[in-house]
Amino acid sequence: MKENPEARATAFHPASAPDYIPAPLLRGLQLKRLQAIVRRAYERVDLFRERLKERGLVPDDIQSLGDIARLPFTVKNDLRDTYPFGLFASPLEEIVRLHASSGTTGKPIVVAYTKEDVEVWTSVMVRTLASFGLGHGDVIQNSYGYGLFTGGLGAHYGAEDLGATVIPISGGNTDRQIMVMRDFRVTAICSTPSYFLHLTERAAELGIDMRELPVRVGVFGAEPWTDSMRRHLEACSGIKAYDLYGLSEIVGPGVACECYLQDGLHFFEDHFYPEIIDPQTGDTLPDGAEGELVLTTLSKQAMPMIRYRTRDITAFITAPCACGRTHRRMRRISRRSDDMFIIRGVNVFPSQVETALLQVEGTLPHYQIILTRQKGLDEMEVQVEVTPEIFSDKIGALEQFEARLMDSLECVLGIRVAVRLVEPHSIQRSEGKAKRIVDKRNS
Amino acid sequence: MKIHQLSLFLENRPGHLIEPMRVLAREGVDVRTLSVADTAQFGILRMIVSDWPKASQALQNAGYVVKVTEVLAVEVPDRPGGLAEVLALFQAGSINVEYLYAFPFGRAGKAVIIFRFDKPDEAIERLRTAGINVVDSVEVYNSGMTA
Repeated sequence: MKENPEARATAFHPASAPDYIPAPLLRGLQLKRLQAIVRRAYERVDLFRERLKERGLVPDDIQSLGDIARLPFTVKNDLRDTYPFGLFASPLEEIVRLHASSGTTGKPIVVAYTKEDVEVWTSVMVRTLASFGLGHGDVIQNSYGYGLFTGGLGAHYGAEDLGATVIPISGGNTDRQIMVMRDFRVTAICSTPSYFLHLTERAAELGIDMRELPVRVGVFGAEPWTDSMRRHLEACSGIKAYDLYGLSEIVGPGVACECYLQDGLHFFEDHFYPEIIDPQTGDTLPDGAEGELVLTTLSKQAMPMIRYRTRDITAFITAPCACGRTHRRMRRISRRSDDMFIIRGVNVFPSQVETALLQVEGTLPHYQIILTRQKGLDEMEVQVEVTPEIFSDKIGALEQFEARLMDSLECVLGIRVAVRLVEPHSIQRSEGKAKRIVDKRNS
Repeated sequence: MKIHQLSLFLENRPGHLIEPMRVLAREGVDVRTLSVADTAQFGILRMIVSDWPKASQALQNAGYVVKVTEVLAVEVPDRPGGLAEVLALFQAGSINVEYLYAFPFGRAGKAVIIFRFDKPDEAIERLRTAGINVVDSVEVYNSGMTA
């Protein structure tokens, strides 16, 4: 049986103390940390120093938090261009952890942590889980993938430091996940929301009603999800489904999270400074206006990110939150300003698909990405038009070709996706340009 | 000796076979024989037609991917064991039959079968040595009238 999920979420957890720093003190702390991180990046990261010099700026020019707008942006391509270690501000021997995420060229983006960075990351994940009402005595099933992806280890360290019992089950093997959830009396699960929906549906097929299990909290992230999805998840499983936000370039999970009111995500502003900008002009937007989220790491030693453009579209919620936290909130991420999409928690760019197809064919075929949701799981199919170069009168040759495409896509994307060969000219072109993505997941 | 076969890529969906047939009908090209190799998702239509250059051009103009392959039309004795005897010629020398399909007519107690070999020249040599007739291309293309 479940206990009321809200009873604990409204209780104060000691780890959450920094969430309530009075705003003037928080601003003072942010300025001090911003000045220090700008100086560190200026002294240790060539790219950042050159960009400041181009603008005639020195670290001492940062005299107020508003001065941050004078600093140059950092974009994802900067991480690719400096692959693998070019943006590090610490020597490799001080770095205790490397993670990587996929990039559009097939090369991953590398992120680094010193020992202190891991401690900060752990602390923001502790605060995230505490704000969801979790603590000592909880049994947390961590179904985020372990490995180069930051989700698994990020949630793991936080949950363990919180004093909870952690089950590092990672992703996959749905029936075993359900068995563990029931038999180990799991009270909280970390996963993508779509995977939890899949678990709930599969459990029902096995005759297990999620509402009858002890699980009471869902720690959901790594993909955008809607409020209607949340209501559906909560109704069919009896849990409280919480949203958390993060990205590897900044730290991983733990950049922002909801409180028990589930009305926007509070940033952990003592470590991450958020801005909302106009994605076209780069100008800072007034509070409450919708724009692109830009984040600056205030304490990250190994790899400071100054004004990193997340491409996520959101807005600040200007009213103070009734939970009493002083850290600003953003609306849940509704969309992105580029063409990236997320499938099974993995970032995918159409250009990555192109890279994979090019590697096999030598020339770019007409292709289309079809996204669907089957039994709550996101599925991706790449349709490829048959060209004279690849066509054969032998079935075996075409099947081999399909397999090679699948292997190449898996190599670049890190996930296995379906490939379907289609007739020439069967993919619709609009104004001479093919529509690359057909998203049927919410239809 | 060798004859020209056209292959087309088709998706395995209702209605996808009819269009190329209509293209050939408009061009007045006759289909002598055909076969469809299928998987769950797609199929390959292979055919021998009365005028392959014209058919190939028309189908490509209609947007199809067309492949021209050289195959052999072999006369096989139309009696029990007839095909086994012919196939035995290729067994020893590791010549592989990629696929085969038959003409809808026979000639004087012989069936005519289209063979796609991985080593067609070696196959011709063996057939000739064994006294098996490989049908001339002109005869095949005009087969509808002579049969």
